[in-house]
Amino acid sequence: MAVMSYGEAAKLAIAEAMRDDQRVWCVGEDLGRGGVFKQYAGLREEFGPDRISDAPISEAAIMGAAFGAAMVGTRPIVEMRFADFALCATDELINQIAKARFMFGGQSRAPMVIRKPMGMWRSSAAQHSQSLEAWYAHIPGLVVVCPSTPQDNYAMMKAAIACDDPVVYLEHKNIWALEGEVDTAAPGEFGKARLRRQGADVTIVSWSDCANLAESTGATLAERGINAEVIDLVSLWPWDKRAVIESVKKTGRLIVAHESVAVGGFGAEVVASVAQEVAMRVPPRRLGAPRSLVAYAPNLEDQLRVTEEMIARAAQEMMEAEAA
Amino acid sequence: MSLRNFDAGKGLERLVLMERIRAFEEAARHAAVEEELVLGAIHLSIGQEAVAVGLLESLAREDYITSTHRGHGHTLVKGADPAAMMKELLGREGGCCGGKGGSMHIADFGVGMLGANGVVAANITIAAGAAHGVKLLGGDQVVVCIFGDGAANRGPFLEGINWAGVFDLPILFVCEDNRYSATTRTADMTSGDVGARAGALGLNVTRVDGNDVEEMAAASGEIIARIRAGGKPEFMHARTYRLDGHTYFDPATYRPEGEAERMRAETCPIARQRDLLGAAGIAAERMDAIARAARDEMFAALEAAKAAPWPADDTVFEDVQDVGSPALEAF
Repeated sequence: MAVMSYGEAAKLAIAEAMRDDQRVWCVGEDLGRGGVFKQYAGLREEFGPDRISDAPISEAAIMGAAFGAAMVGTRPIVEMRFADFALCATDELINQIAKARFMFGGQSRAPMVIRKPMGMWRSSAAQHSQSLEAWYAHIPGLVVVCPSTPQDNYAMMKAAIACDDPVVYLEHKNIWALEGEVDTAAPGEFGKARLRRQGADVTIVSWSDCANLAESTGATLAERGINAEVIDLVSLWPWDKRAVIESVKKTGRLIVAHESVAVGGFGAEVVASVAQEVAMRVPPRRLGAPRSLVAYAPNLEDQLRVTEEMIARAAQEMMEAEAA
Repeated sequence: MSLRNFDAGKGLERLVLMERIRAFEEAARHAAVEEELVLGAIHLSIGQEAVAVGLLESLAREDYITSTHRGHGHTLVKGADPAAMMKELLGREGGCCGGKGGSMHIADFGVGMLGANGVVAANITIAAGAAHGVKLLGGDQVVVCIFGDGAANRGPFLEGINWAGVFDLPILFVCEDNRYSATTRTADMTSGDVGARAGALGLNVTRVDGNDVEEMAAASGEIIARIRAGGKPEFMHARTYRLDGHTYFDPATYRPEGEAERMRAETCPIARQRDLLGAAGIAAERMDAIARAARDEMFAALEAAKAAPWPADDTVFEDVQDVGSPALEAF
C-alpha cells in the first residue's frame, strides 16, 4: 500500500480509469494548468488537451455540454471548481441530468462524475464554503458521495467513474493534503459505510471531513471512558442505513454530526430513519451548523463549526442522561 | 420561391411531411379538446411545419437533433413512429418514453432525436455537448439544435454557442422564430437582433424565410454539407409564425386583432407549397389526397394510442438510477 494525499488519490483513480477507457475525459475551468486545487496536475501531459479539457467560465455549459457528450457515448468527469459555483448549473444537473433517463423512458444514460469541492476553507466566506450535500441527496436520479479519506477518495472515484448513473462527487477542500494509506485493490462500494471506530456506548454518524473529526472525538471519548462507534457513511445516496441501524440497536444512542446547516440537513434523514426502526435509550442528537452564513472573519467562521468538543459533550450528556 | 429549378417531386415529398405534421397535431388537439385524452399541456407547431421539414431532410438517421417543448414536427421528421408519439402524448404504454415524459419530453434516441425539453434553452448546451462527444469519439454525425426565439434571452444561448465556437463543433443552431415567447411578443422583450448575437460569437449566420419550405431546404442543405465537411458551427435564424396559442388551450387573445387570420391567409407554409406545386402543374386532387392520407395515418395513430393501456404502476420506479434505485430503497 502506498501513502498518498486525498487529492493525489483521486487523481490516481482518474488517471487509471482514463488509461483503461478512452471514453473517459475531464472538463472544467483551468484544468490544463492542473485545476484550482492541483487535482489534475500532470494529467494533461499524459492525456492531452482534448481529454483534460479547459472550459470557458460557463458552468451551465460545462455541465450541459458534458451531459450531451455523455448521451452520445463519452464518460465525462465534470469539474465545478467550487460546489458553490455549481449552483450556476442547477438546471443542467437537476432538471436535465438527473431526470433524462427517466423522462425519456430509459433511452438515455448520464454516466458522469460531477466533482464539487465543498466545505469550509479558512476565510473563504459565504460563496466559497458551502456544504450542500443534502440538496443532492434529495434529488431522485443522483448518486451522492462525500469521501473523507485518501482510501475512499481513490476507491469511490474509481466506482463513480465506472457508474452509469450521474454521481455528485463532493470532496472536502480542507483535506486535499490529508495523507493516508491507499489500497488500490480494495474496491469502493456505494451505500457501504466505513466503520471508523468500534464501540458499544454511542453511535456517531458522519461523513466528509466531519467524519475525521468524529473519529478523533472517538479517541477523546475513550479517554473519558466512553466507547463510541464511529460510522463514516461515505455515500449519502445510497446510504448504509442497515449499518447505522445495527449499530444503534447495539448502543441505543445516536449522534449525527455534519458540517452543513443542521436544519433540513441529511442528519435529519438519518435520525428519522433510525427512529422509525429502533427504540433508543435516549433521544438522538443532531449536530450541524446553525442556520446562518459562513463568514470571512475567522472568529465568525468558527461560530458555525461543529467541533470535537461539541460532539464529545453530546455523547457525555447522553450517557449521563440515562444514568440520572 | 420561383419555379426555376423547382423539383416538383421533392416539393411533393416536402408537402407530404408538412401535411403529416399538421395532421399529427390536429389529431393531438382533437384528442385533447374533444376527447380529453391528452391530460397535460401540448404545444402545437401549426404554421411552423416548413422549418422542421426543410431543416431536417439533409440529416441522416445517425445525425442528432435536440428540440423544444414544441417538438412534435422535429421528432416526426427525424423518423419517429407517430403511433409511439401519440401514445406518449396520451401517457400510455408503448409511448416512446413509456408514458413518463409526455409531449414536452418526447424523444427517440433510435432515430437520433435526443429529446424535447421542458426548459427553454436548456437543449442548447446539451446539443453543443452532443457535438463535442461526436468530435471526441471521432464520429461524423452532425448535430442540429432547434430552439425558439424566447431561448435567445436565456444564458445557455450564450454559453452553448460560445462553447461550440471555442471547440469548433459540428453543429447547426437554429432559432425557430415564431415571434412569441409563450404569451408575450418576443420583439418587446428582446434587445437587438438574435442573429447578430450569434454573429458576435463568431458564427456564420443565415437568415431564412421559415415558412418557405423550399428556401429552408436549400439553405439547410448547404449549411449542413459545410458542417459535415469539417466546417465550423453555424447559426440559422428561421422566421416563421405560430398560428395557434402557446398551448392548445391558449386562445392567444394577446395578439393584435386580425394578425393570426392574416398570417394564416398569407403565409401558411402548406398553402404556399400547394400554390407552388399547383403552378408547376400538380393537380389539386393529388394534393388533397396527400392531406387525406396524412389525416388518416395520424387519426389511426390516435386510435392505436387510445387502445393502449396505461403503463404498469411499478414502472415509476424504473429507470431512475441503478445505484440507490428507488425500487430497492423506498420505504
